[in-house]
Amino acid sequence: MLKQDIKKPKNIFRSPKMRSDNLKAWFGSHEALNEISLSIPTFHVTAIIGPSGCGKSTFIRCLNRMHEVVPGTRIQGNVYLDEVDIYGSSINPVNLRKRVGMVFQKPNPFPTMSIRDNVLAGLRLQGMKTYDSDEVVEKALVRAALWDEVKDILKRPGLSLSGGQQQRLCIARALALEPEVLLMDEPCSALDPIASAKIEELIHELRGKYTVVIVTHNMQQAARVSDVTAFFYMGKLVEFDYTEKIFTNPKYKKTEEYVTGRFG
Amino acid sequence: MNQELFLSSQVDLKAARSLKERLIKALFFFCAAVSILTTLGIVGILIFETWNFFGKVSFKQFFGDTQWTPLFAQKHFGVWALISGTALTSFVSIVTALPLGLLAAIYLSEFASKRIRSFIKPSLEVLAGIPTVIYGYFALTFVTPCLQKIIPGLAGFNALGAGIVMGIMILPIIASLSEDAIYAVPPSLKEGAYALGGNRLATIFRVVLPSSFSGIGAAAILGISRAVGETMIVVIAAGQQPNFTLDPRVAVETMTAYIVQVSLGDTPTGTLEYQTIFAVGMTLFIFTLALNLGAHHLRRNVLKGSL
Repeated sequence: MLKQDIKKPKNIFRSPKMRSDNLKAWFGSHEALNEISLSIPTFHVTAIIGPSGCGKSTFIRCLNRMHEVVPGTRIQGNVYLDEVDIYGSSINPVNLRKRVGMVFQKPNPFPTMSIRDNVLAGLRLQGMKTYDSDEVVEKALVRAALWDEVKDILKRPGLSLSGGQQQRLCIARALALEPEVLLMDEPCSALDPIASAKIEELIHELRGKYTVVIVTHNMQQAARVSDVTAFFYMGKLVEFDYTEKIFTNPKYKKTEEYVTGRFG
Repeated sequence: MNQELFLSSQVDLKAARSLKERLIKALFFFCAAVSILTTLGIVGILIFETWNFFGKVSFKQFFGDTQWTPLFAQKHFGVWALISGTALTSFVSIVTALPLGLLAAIYLSEFASKRIRSFIKPSLEVLAGIPTVIYGYFALTFVTPCLQKIIPGLAGFNALGAGIVMGIMILPIIASLSEDAIYAVPPSLKEGAYALGGNRLATIFRVVLPSSFSGIGAAAILGISRAVGETMIVVIAAGQQPNFTLDPRVAVETMTAYIVQVSLGDTPTGTLEYQTIFAVGMTLFIFTLALNLGAHHLRRNVLKGSL
């Protein structure tokens, strides 16, 4: 799917995979998000950009209810996954997180586990038996573009890999659960340019199969990998549009100033 | 010329300071050396007296026998009777303390609210501050009578009661060191587990505890080491009969208890009976040294972060 193709059916926002409605979030008394309403198009890559502390990480952590894991936090408003409110009283966040996977800023493979066990960690954490799971392991590692590099060393510790490989292992770990949405919180910020390029390539391949939301500091990266881009500033959503539009012809002055590097 | 004066006075100042600094440094070195010299002195005496002991009693008599009667006419020097007593009481204590301490550590680090924490932590420290002689009475006059109601045939002096109370004594060490180990697990690992759909318990048992294994192992070993070297509780509550047994219901004598028994009696210095306590002391020292080195090794791994 090329970028030109997705522009034709004019509104990819019409049936979004996820949607936030007047979402507010706090750390203690500090308001990190202020009334964010945003639709995340199905099977597309959504980039979230903005200066440090603008709330972009907080926003995606609200999408899989990881925000509330930190003591002293709270939210208001709604977030929908396939039009079901994920903050509804009948929703178990543990089940939600199986459908909405997450990759963190710093690669965090489990240090006591082998490469193979890291891939299966999600299944085991959910109490599933994993005797006969070679297929799961291979599929997840292939999708994370790591299989060829590790297929002969699956028993080695996850930490023995390079930083970039570790991050792809974390992506494989998330993909092994067959999530529908993959949230990535600055997945390349701890990696060198070559490793970053590999992750970007991988994100391209995930497009069309998963709904991806990526937070990034790197505007070139956002321009390269995403279909739509949201610009956050001081906890507010300033502008949300096709990536091309945001980077070439943004509606607001603040957006233009940020994407042209005048602040940030 | 003014400048010259200024320079020379500065040089003098420097010299004075360096002399003072050297003196202070020497003082500090002396203080540090005292502890090392003391250790060397103790080890030296242990080795010397043990050497004398083995001049009269063979290795085979010491390690190849299970009867310990050096104070009787019919002398036997089978140290295994004392080692078994020590091993038995220590085993009971660690079996008591490890599950309790570990669960307490998990509760404190993962579940307890700040208010409960601020209450439980100092309580554990109070437990650590109770004189062991009081633990001894507690074992003899409270725990053993209670156990006797459940376990028929439990002797008045026994390894079980003493071991359980020793377990309570080492509980604070185990809980506190395990909590440190659990606390040292990076939050990013926990977040990773939550993000994979792990609930709290699964996260603790599959990610947090395995990652803090070294630290918990070190806590257990240090706890055992304390139990092996503990004296007062076993002297009071475990009896002073060197039985070669693994039955916790009967009286046993530990290595420490034997040393107390001889030290309190009227054994003349220089005799063979007197020298036995150094041979036993040496054995005890080797045990605790090995345990402490093991724990040190594990803890170094924790500090280095290579789990």
